[in-house]
Amino acid sequence: MNAHPLEIEGVRKVFTRKDRTKRQRPLERRKREVVVALKGIDLTIERGEIFGVLGPNGSGKSTLIRLVSTLLLPDSGRIRVFDHDVEHEPFAVKRLINRVSVDAAFFKKFSPIENLLYAARLYGLNAKKAREDMKRIMKRLGLKEETFNQPMEQMSRGMQQKVAVARGLLTSPILLLLDEPTTGLDPHSKRDVQKFVREIREIHDATVLLTTHDMEEADRLCDRIAIIDEGKIVALDTPDRLKRSVASPEGGKTTLEDVFLSLTGHRLEEEGE
Amino acid sequence: MNRLIREMRGAYAFVERNFNLIKRYWGWELVWLIYSLVNSLAVTYIGAGMERISGQALDTEYLITYLLVGTLIWQYLSVIFYAISEMIAWERWEGTIEYTFMAPVSRATHLVGTTLFAIGYGIIRTLIILAIVASFFHLDLGGANLSGAVLLLLAGSVSFVGLGILAAVLPLLYPERGAQMTNAAAAILLLISGVYYPVETLPGWLQTIASASPATYVIEGMRACLLHGEPTVTLLPTVFILIGVGIGVILIGLFVFRYVEAYAKRAGRLKRSG
Repeated sequence: MNAHPLEIEGVRKVFTRKDRTKRQRPLERRKREVVVALKGIDLTIERGEIFGVLGPNGSGKSTLIRLVSTLLLPDSGRIRVFDHDVEHEPFAVKRLINRVSVDAAFFKKFSPIENLLYAARLYGLNAKKAREDMKRIMKRLGLKEETFNQPMEQMSRGMQQKVAVARGLLTSPILLLLDEPTTGLDPHSKRDVQKFVREIREIHDATVLLTTHDMEEADRLCDRIAIIDEGKIVALDTPDRLKRSVASPEGGKTTLEDVFLSLTGHRLEEEGE
Repeated sequence: MNRLIREMRGAYAFVERNFNLIKRYWGWELVWLIYSLVNSLAVTYIGAGMERISGQALDTEYLITYLLVGTLIWQYLSVIFYAISEMIAWERWEGTIEYTFMAPVSRATHLVGTTLFAIGYGIIRTLIILAIVASFFHLDLGGANLSGAVLLLLAGSVSFVGLGILAAVLPLLYPERGAQMTNAAAAILLLISGVYYPVETLPGWLQTIASASPATYVIEGMRACLLHGEPTVTLLPTVFILIGVGIGVILIGLFVFRYVEAYAKRAGRLKRSG
């Protein structure tokens, strides 16, 4: 397979939503507000890369991941996964990808095994082999065997997120989409997940698209980083080159935070969307 | 062959998932079973009490069986309708909708799995209610055409699968209130389909609407089989019509679902809610 794992050309996405900020008279039709989530994104990811998309909440990172995941359709532009168009060949794309998102969404009363078995069957995997694989992956992620059959709702947020990572890997995706996978995790769990992301690339030959607003995580994990702000890519390069392109305001070591501030004029803060 | 095995595994995923949901929410299942059972008993007791209500001599046994057939068939058809219409609602409630829609499984496979579960679940549930309700009343089904009744019931299930798919689009379109809207659709079917009274009792305009409800034909046919022993051969035209209409409704349902799914993906309505 010589095609690029991911090619995005001129992708634009606009949402309309009801404007709930203004008071409305009875029977008056609520006005709609237009939100431009992505304003023409172009990027190409190379095979085996861990590619980071760095930006604040509401910058368009999750919209980008959802577009690649076939969960949203672009208004214009084109997205191709290993030469398959996400809009016109969604089934071919779905077989090559998987996604881990910030909200570890599961059937809360099911156990990790039941949730992962459901996912495995949806992807047409052999249940016996999937059971063995899921146990191996969960153990590797540091989950204890006695938690495998306990309801998800009784597990901590960190443990749930590790099960979410296991679900993403169970189907052996060759393009793994990680949408803020370590947000809300304690430092130890965060390191476990980050270590595993590197392993996925090295052992499984997967390509990873990672969105985050954690500068340190992006710096430590990613081969290249696209900085996204208000739906636009404002810079795209390796972490070192990005840092070299900007002088530290205090004259010390330049951080990605300095790069972000220099490019966008504001700090990367954890604001609500 | 590989594709077929993959699709079969995909369909089984929904059967197993729904079975696990029942297992995990067994308390709610028990409450709902009791509610349905009490509802069936309450309706059937109206037949038992009609002589006292009207002060006239009536064929009480016939009335009891008439109402019991209506309530049981409605229990079965509504279970199929709800089980299928909830195929999206469950995913909304649990927040897993994006993961299921991202999986390489076709909506037809999704439907096959959900339907297999719904029919099996509907039959078991209805048989439990029948067994308990039957112990309260003297039922004489000696002259009934039971095989014809089963044939008619299965043919009627096809239409309810289609109606369930149409109702399933509501939670896709309206993340917050879509699931509740399916209750209104079920209530309208209950009103117009002659579940507890002959359709002729309704005003003319409602009778016209009733003629478009598949449940009208299933319930009429079931009563003909179970109360009057109508032979299977005379039921065949109704069976064929129900299957034909059912296939038509399923195809329309799949078309509408596909259109609404594309709309939801364009408008960003798949995003987790609730």
